[in-house]
Amino acid sequence: MSTLSIERADDPMAPTASDHSSGRRRRPRYGTHLFLIVMAVIWLIPLLWGFYTALRPQQSTIKHGYLSFAGPFNFKNFTDAWSQGGFATSFKNSAIITIPSVLLTLILASMVAFAVSRFNWKFNVTLLILFTAGNLLPPQILAAPLFQLFKHTPLPLSVSDSGDLLNTYFGVIAANTAFQLGFCTFVLSNYMKALPTDLTEAALVDGASAWRQYAQIIMPLCRPALAALGTLEVIWVYNDYFWALLLVSRGDRLPITTAINNLQGQFVSNDNLIAAGAIITVIPTLIVYLVLQRQFIAGLTLGASKG
Amino acid sequence: MASTTSAGSDTTPGRRRHTPRLTKRDKTVLFVMVAIPTLIELVLIWLPTLASVALSFTRWDGIKLNDIKPAGIQNYNYVVNTYTPFWPAVQHNVEWLLALAIIATPFGLLLAVLLDQQIKGSRIYQSIFFTPVMLSLALVGIIWRLIYDRDYGLLNGVLGTAGHSNATDWLGDSKINIWAAIVAASWKHAGYVMILYLAGLKGIDPSLKEAASLDGASAWQSFWRVVFPSMRPINIVIVVITLIEALRAFDIVWVINKGQNGLELLSALIVRNLIGEGQDIGVGSAIAVVLMIVSLVPIVWYLSRVFRKGADL
Repeated sequence: MSTLSIERADDPMAPTASDHSSGRRRRPRYGTHLFLIVMAVIWLIPLLWGFYTALRPQQSTIKHGYLSFAGPFNFKNFTDAWSQGGFATSFKNSAIITIPSVLLTLILASMVAFAVSRFNWKFNVTLLILFTAGNLLPPQILAAPLFQLFKHTPLPLSVSDSGDLLNTYFGVIAANTAFQLGFCTFVLSNYMKALPTDLTEAALVDGASAWRQYAQIIMPLCRPALAALGTLEVIWVYNDYFWALLLVSRGDRLPITTAINNLQGQFVSNDNLIAAGAIITVIPTLIVYLVLQRQFIAGLTLGASKG
Repeated sequence: MASTTSAGSDTTPGRRRHTPRLTKRDKTVLFVMVAIPTLIELVLIWLPTLASVALSFTRWDGIKLNDIKPAGIQNYNYVVNTYTPFWPAVQHNVEWLLALAIIATPFGLLLAVLLDQQIKGSRIYQSIFFTPVMLSLALVGIIWRLIYDRDYGLLNGVLGTAGHSNATDWLGDSKINIWAAIVAASWKHAGYVMILYLAGLKGIDPSLKEAASLDGASAWQSFWRVVFPSMRPINIVIVVITLIEALRAFDIVWVINKGQNGLELLSALIVRNLIGEGQDIGVGSAIAVVLMIVSLVPIVWYLSRVFRKGADL
């Protein structure tokens, strides 16, 4: 399967790859290819192994051994894992947490970024350091006080059945948003700084307010950066394990990334079911990966382009 | 660059700032735009961080706020001298860092260099090496369990020891499980490094590489003397990412066994003292402060480089 896809996806690349180097003849690099193919296969093994294991009933793997090629192959583990593992709930929780977190992060970060990059304030650098450093800290450092803060934040029972911020989506959204703010602020402020000053100068002459400059001039220009960051943040928040682990103890409130670990306890010594659960969890990421890979990579490299 | 073209026609360059022209309303709007996110950042990130420092000098079981008792430096004393998992955790974090820095990061760089030279199928290779970067570390841990499992895992299956009494328990043997976890982490880290370096390599002026090769420099020499140094900004980011990843490592070991029996890490010890039985917020916070101080070294180094040039970049 892997060799097939390598060859197929190779085709569109072929013309650009050979025509590019100004007519100079390149000798074929067999060594490089051999190395890359071996490494690529090794890199694929964990996921393919998971998928392969998930396709096989446990009885069959136990009878023949996990490392065997005996059938039958079917999707029963997937359907079993889905129904027994409460995946529908976990996915819903992931969506409820991820979408608002990413939107909030982008909105809040773009506001700070706009203010510090387009205007000269005394505390611009201080603010950016505050945000960027906050994002680089290991989250475990602030775990205990944040937990206590949320525990002692009273909420009406109509909003939170625990009466505080623990075990609520708000709590996880707030933690994710606060933690991701720094990175997005950093990236967006660099991006906005690179936009020509003339743009807002002209708007100022026309009497546009600061808010209009932000909403109607700068933000539309930031669309590529926002798309890239948005993709990146969706993956990062979806992939976040720690905040929900810390702030949510109710199983039916856990997002999928945190809930998946509980399956290990639930599906004890049924590696086939665990594998199926793991693969189900990967699917949304893989879809984003296939559709928005360019955006994701752009987001990563945007963050690294200034050092 | 825009300012240099317009500077002549406008007033003196030094005074070309927007601030004086802002109306009072604009200033209020901007203030609110900055204040709300800043408040969130302060209350949810920096206040808890400072509170961890304060709590590290107290004794507390984390239940009632008025049970917090001052403890001086007792917690630090305890952590350093008596708390047995502490030094193993430090050692594991160092090993994690060294493995990423010496093996995974250079490997990512190697992949980037190989894939940058218009090799056939470069994009499909990139996609393969990049796939783990999209996965959560928790999931990476779970997926690799299927490989490391003593009785059912792929590794022992391939080695032919699966099911035998002499089979290696990759995740259960406290002498080797940290390395098993590091291999899983490297699987993700190398792809991350690769993609950043690929971006860095694309940004390099091709004439630079050609000039070096015309000088008669070998590919190896031209890379290390010309190409690599000109990727300085990326190199700095990679150093920071590698350090921070090693300090932040948590999810994989937590998924495997909650960070014990050979998988102790500072981050995991903090959390072990916060949740579950034996809550000891003071001890957990003392470890958090240790981790914070260590983390601040690369953070401060990085930020001072980024922001030293001033706001006018």
